[in-house]
Amino acid sequence: MALKIYGLAMSTNTTRAMICLHEKEVDFELVPVNVFASEHKLPPFLNKNPFGLIPVLEDDDLTLFESRAITSYVAEKFKEIGPDLIRHKDIKEASLVKMWTEVESHYYDPAVSPIIYEYFVAPFQGQEPNKTVIETNMEKLKIVLDVYEAKLSTTKYLAGDFYSLADLSHISETHYFMQTPCASMINERIHVKAWWEDISSRPAFQKVVGGMTFGQNDQK
Amino acid sequence: MTTIKVHGSPLSTATMRVTATLYEKQIEFEFVDINLRNGDHKKEPFISLNPFGQVPAFEDGDLKLFESRAITQYIDHEYGDKGTKLTISDSKKKAIMGLWSEVESHHFDQVATKLVWELGFKPLFEIPLDTKIVEENEAKLDSILNVYEKRLSESKYLGGESFTLVDLHHLPCLHYLMKSQIKKLFESRPYVSAWVADITARPAWSKVIAMIPN
Repeated sequence: MALKIYGLAMSTNTTRAMICLHEKEVDFELVPVNVFASEHKLPPFLNKNPFGLIPVLEDDDLTLFESRAITSYVAEKFKEIGPDLIRHKDIKEASLVKMWTEVESHYYDPAVSPIIYEYFVAPFQGQEPNKTVIETNMEKLKIVLDVYEAKLSTTKYLAGDFYSLADLSHISETHYFMQTPCASMINERIHVKAWWEDISSRPAFQKVVGGMTFGQNDQK
Repeated sequence: MTTIKVHGSPLSTATMRVTATLYEKQIEFEFVDINLRNGDHKKEPFISLNPFGQVPAFEDGDLKLFESRAITQYIDHEYGDKGTKLTISDSKKKAIMGLWSEVESHHFDQVATKLVWELGFKPLFEIPLDTKIVEENEAKLDSILNVYEKRLSESKYLGGESFTLVDLHHLPCLHYLMKSQIKKLFESRPYVSAWVADITARPAWSKVIAMIPN
């Protein structure tokens, strides 16, 4: 039975999981969840994820939520197929992948997500982007991107000279971020820009980018 | 002679996550006390170990790591046969453990660290509380603990049937929260309360507490 992902093609967290599945060449079915009608906050979806968030993965009798737990599971289960996203044969490299995945989770995402929210979601709700929120998070993001620029001037990817789950974790949110006026923060850092162009050109991402239409005019 | 060094502060929740793991695994380590009040974590030599200027930083021979949850996972993987087994081998059960690890990291920790700062640290530094932050995060924690109560009614520990890193990662924030008004949220839930009592009674955890200066 094929894997199922419950989520939305335009969601950053859903696409994080889908990019990983494509990298590992795993067949899956995307089951749309109508978040605009709050389907994710009601049973039966709540039985799959008590936090009422997308995505959810079903693999036979296993149900998982939290996109980074999903990508870890998929990368581990299919570690012998496609690129080695978790460096499972080398404990030191594996630890560096985990470390930079934690950095994305604890530093990058908390700075980038509010900026995306202000430019994409606030207008959708009839509000102006909140300048204070944007500026505060740009300050935080500057610190993170300066660390990334220094690191990426020494290695091609975040954990080393190999593409890994740490880089993959950044793609979906950065795709939306690059459509905001703050994209210059990536573009003005040579090594971060080169890294972004590299990871966003991977075929696995090209398979999902067409669905990442949030903010486009024809969406309700 | 040990190859392991932990650079951190005994009061820091993230540092405590790492020392708890080392004590559970019964591994010797050297502790390098970083003076946070002096801002030593924002300067050399510390900043070369963690460019984000946050404790802890970790060395094992020539491997240098930061981010407490990456460090704890490294320790448990590299020293798998020592001390307490802190992970689960079966792949599906391990995936469930990974899920609850993310829950701690994204849901519990976001809220708990704000409350720890307001109720645990601000009084030490005589900084006034932000009651709005306390109220907001207490409400969020209340919702999260409803999920925990259900989970712990079905599973002895959060990650599965045995004590793992998932439970351990909660210990430092619990240490501070259980001394505050927030403890009522835990004590009012039978399964959560029993889980807290169990994991905070572990001998390895008492060694972490013993490192905290009076």
